[in-house]
Amino acid sequence: MIVSRRAILAGLAAMPAVARATTSYAIDPVAVGDGVWMVHGADAPIEAANGGAIANITIIDTLAGTVLCDCGPSVRYAQALKSVAEKLTGKRVVRVYVTHLHPDHGLGTAAFDPAIVAALPGAIDALRAQGQGFADAMYRILGDWMRGTDVVLPGRALVSEREDFGGRQLRLLALSGHSRSDLALLDEKTGLLVAGDLVFHNRAPSTPTADLSQWRISLDRLKAQPHGSLISGHGPLDSGGTAAIAQTRDWIDWLEGALTQAVREGLDMVEAGKIAIPIRFASMAAARYEVQRSVSHFYPAIEAQLLPRIDVPGS
Amino acid sequence: MKRIVSVPVALLLALLAGRAEAAYPADPLGSPMWTADARSIFGDDPVRFDPRVKVDFPPIAENQRAFPVAIDARAIPGVKRMVLFADLNPIPVAIDYRPDHAAAYIATRIKLDQRTPIRGAVQLADGQWLVSGGWIDAAGGGCSAPPVSRVKGDWAQHLGEIRGEAWPLAGGQTRLRLSFRHPMDTGLVANIATYHLETLRVTDADGRLLGEMEIWASVAEDPAITLMLAASGGDRLTIEARDTNGRDYRAQVDVTKQSPMPSP
Repeated sequence: MIVSRRAILAGLAAMPAVARATTSYAIDPVAVGDGVWMVHGADAPIEAANGGAIANITIIDTLAGTVLCDCGPSVRYAQALKSVAEKLTGKRVVRVYVTHLHPDHGLGTAAFDPAIVAALPGAIDALRAQGQGFADAMYRILGDWMRGTDVVLPGRALVSEREDFGGRQLRLLALSGHSRSDLALLDEKTGLLVAGDLVFHNRAPSTPTADLSQWRISLDRLKAQPHGSLISGHGPLDSGGTAAIAQTRDWIDWLEGALTQAVREGLDMVEAGKIAIPIRFASMAAARYEVQRSVSHFYPAIEAQLLPRIDVPGS
Repeated sequence: MKRIVSVPVALLLALLAGRAEAAYPADPLGSPMWTADARSIFGDDPVRFDPRVKVDFPPIAENQRAFPVAIDARAIPGVKRMVLFADLNPIPVAIDYRPDHAAAYIATRIKLDQRTPIRGAVQLADGQWLVSGGWIDAAGGGCSAPPVSRVKGDWAQHLGEIRGEAWPLAGGQTRLRLSFRHPMDTGLVANIATYHLETLRVTDADGRLLGEMEIWASVAEDPAITLMLAASGGDRLTIEARDTNGRDYRAQVDVTKQSPMPSP
């Protein structure tokens, strides 16, 4: 009796410690250029094991203060990021860019004054319409990691082509395709391109809000834009700056062709989710997971386009 | 005192329960609805779990309004009937299919209202049921959210549109894919009454019934169905369906004259 009560008490005492241990984000910025650091997200699906910290974050040190590109999946992540970034640069965060509406990139905005949080007008509209739905889904998957997180819309709509932070110029590229409004940024000092989720690197692209033809146009623009190394939305730094763009393009071209072929061959969605992934994509994390998601996103529309009408008139 | 009284009561309850449920084997999925669903679907017929009933679906429910599921029981000879159901859906049964002159295979998309077991049950001529399945995790609301075409408001303009194609397989079989435009209203959305396709049958040019099914509103909006029927290249298949308002649907498709594809 006494023994079991002790065991129970010991268990109770241990619980808060365990809970804390599972909901603390490890934020580990790596220098990738003069005054630029990258926080590499887990190259995995959003899951409790990673607290949703799967997106890459960029920290830029300027004379005017610290600039963040994306701020992570939860207010706790963003608070930890803010503290790590300010310690790193010794300067307060003065700007937070949210590249697009997806929750792994921008649900942490509540950690900042909305006046310094900026996004493209289309992304703000999308967040207004869909942000709460995304937040609900994140709470469902991540539970306590999300505690305190609310959708707070960016207070600043980006309409200019660049912003100046004490002489450090950031070019703002308004693009689309991964979602209906995707922001990419070019740090003119280093030539580093922060591509958001328009570019994935050794991690399969996700497509829940994608328009593949727009995406191709945006990739062409990024390719044509002179730049140095590239930070993709997910996956490791592309120091050459061209491989990740080419890989993303290769994947979406393959994906669309393969799903079209699957419909032509009469495959059902379950079967289409199992199509062979070419060996050249073997280095891409989460490839099967994203193929199965993409089947769900695109298959019905391809069927509606390719399967002929067979209803008998007048019936 | 209390405990002494409650033990015999518990034993009695256990005995009663044991006798009432003796017909069904213990559920390997541990579903809270297993016995209730088994009673309504299988009644007094013998039931056992059999992994040869392959219930195939993706590991993630990306869209809880349209979740793809395939039941493949072609490894079992003599299948007369196939039932697809999800224990914890408010409308558990999705499709009840009789593959008269068809392979024991059906694929479709269903709604998911929450995390649930998804099962395929096939019945043999002697009446016994063979069952298999697995759990899928899902966000809520697949059955209680309005269909996309209701929100857009264009469902009536497209009602009756049927798309499809039929490809010859090896061994005198044909793969038929069908897709209907239909809101498939569950009746669980405020102010939208139940309205769904409820029967579908496929016949060949000689009027021979190849397969027929009953369909419930837990099948996804714009139902898509894949079957494998006894038909060959050049055969004409007729598809007839009816919905719960008594509207009739009719389609015809000629099996492609191409060299048979390898059976997937």
